[in-house]
Amino acid sequence: MANETFHAQIAANQRRSLLLVAGLLALFAVTLYTLAVALLHDTQAAIVPAGLGLAGASLVAICAHQFGASAVTAMAGARTISRDDDPQLWNVIEEMTIAAGLPMPRVALIEEDALNAFAAGPDPKRAVIAITRGLRDSLTREELQAVVAHELGHVRNLDIRFSTLLAVMVGMLVFMSEIARRSFRFSGRRHSTRGRGGSGGSGGLAVVILTLVGLLLAILAPLLGRLIQLAASREREYLADATAVQLTRHPEALANALEKLGADATAPTEQSRALQHLYFVNPFERAREHASALWSTHPPLAARIARLRSLVTAVRTGESR
Amino acid sequence: MTVLIVLLALAALLIVSGIGIYNSLVGLRQQVRNAWSQIDVQLKRRYDLIPNLVESVKGYAKHEQETLERVINARNAAIAAHGVGAQAQAENALTGALRQLFALAEAYPDLKANQNFAQLQEELTSTENRIAFARQHYNDTAATYNTRVQSFPAALFAAPLGFRTEEFFVLQDPAQREATKVSF
Repeated sequence: MANETFHAQIAANQRRSLLLVAGLLALFAVTLYTLAVALLHDTQAAIVPAGLGLAGASLVAICAHQFGASAVTAMAGARTISRDDDPQLWNVIEEMTIAAGLPMPRVALIEEDALNAFAAGPDPKRAVIAITRGLRDSLTREELQAVVAHELGHVRNLDIRFSTLLAVMVGMLVFMSEIARRSFRFSGRRHSTRGRGGSGGSGGLAVVILTLVGLLLAILAPLLGRLIQLAASREREYLADATAVQLTRHPEALANALEKLGADATAPTEQSRALQHLYFVNPFERAREHASALWSTHPPLAARIARLRSLVTAVRTGESR
Repeated sequence: MTVLIVLLALAALLIVSGIGIYNSLVGLRQQVRNAWSQIDVQLKRRYDLIPNLVESVKGYAKHEQETLERVINARNAAIAAHGVGAQAQAENALTGALRQLFALAEAYPDLKANQNFAQLQEELTSTENRIAFARQHYNDTAATYNTRVQSFPAALFAAPLGFRTEEFFVLQDPAQREATKVSF
């Protein structure tokens, strides 16, 4: 039964990753084309830079897939460690990979007092699990095990492929739209001083329409990025919690870990905004617990803990049989 | 003519899906075997750790010769054991002897403070966990494989082609299952 859901989740993640890349590439192409038309005032000539841009964006997408794990670890300020740096952490992770039947991921440590963790990478063989110093220091061995199991759940269910692509691509998109906004301000000024007595007619109208579309996209892009981020995560968090319980057979430990994370009041660093959907617990939502459920990347902590606590009793009665 | 084509197409479809099912069964059976060999890897890891452990305890607890010998004997018996049942029994005896050794360490503060010993204790705790998780993983993969073998349509030809259901690893000692849970 649990197997059905995780196979379905893997298939869904493969599909979603492909859709995400295709959709974002299309968005890139349209945005670039409108931009080029607005700047060059020529619908024919604009195809060349747009085509080049699309090729560039495809390259970015390939890189986001290949090197996304490294990019995300760098964005989070995490440092890759080896067994000798922290034998116990290494042991805990290796134990869970045995339970899950997965290869050993790279392990990274984030020098931050806030309690959190994430997993990233294109596939289980090239996955990375990152943990903050605060989390490492304040959890018991068992709670650490539960958090690692949750992250390995993301690895096994291939959530990491989708969320890593998302982190890198959304980061790029926000960057692009920023450039677009600036160049529009620039070209708009030039257009109004010079283009008055010019050609006009239907060609001019097309340029105006395309400029408007481009402007709209430039405004919409960050919002769109935010929306995709939201669509990503809530079901997969519950599923990863369930995987953690399946692997550790110990829901209480995960519930305890979540409680400790909920009590942690350390403010998140700004750099992690593009990564918020990746984390074990969303650092920004924790900072303002009253966030409306509709806009969350993660289910509320209390709901996750309640689900786990109900499992504790279920596991107990199951054992007595 | 059309009837012939339809029949041929049906036969082709049957063969293709049959090959698919066969291959997935082979893959699953391979996973089960890998999971089984993982258990042996972890058991071997434990055998390798024990001589070091005994050495480091010896210096601090000279009067506990008996307990140390019991651990060593249990280890040797576990290595020598043949057959699934006998091996499981020997492994359980070893787990018990090790638990006794660590309980004994409580009486020697110097030993407990020794970093080498603390490291070994972590390694052995981890190894106990690994063994338990490897067995659990074996049972999980065996359950998936068994379900496939017994469900339609694979059930029709699984047995004649040599796909038999795999046995689960039974945990005889209920305390052993608890061991992974109460090690704070």
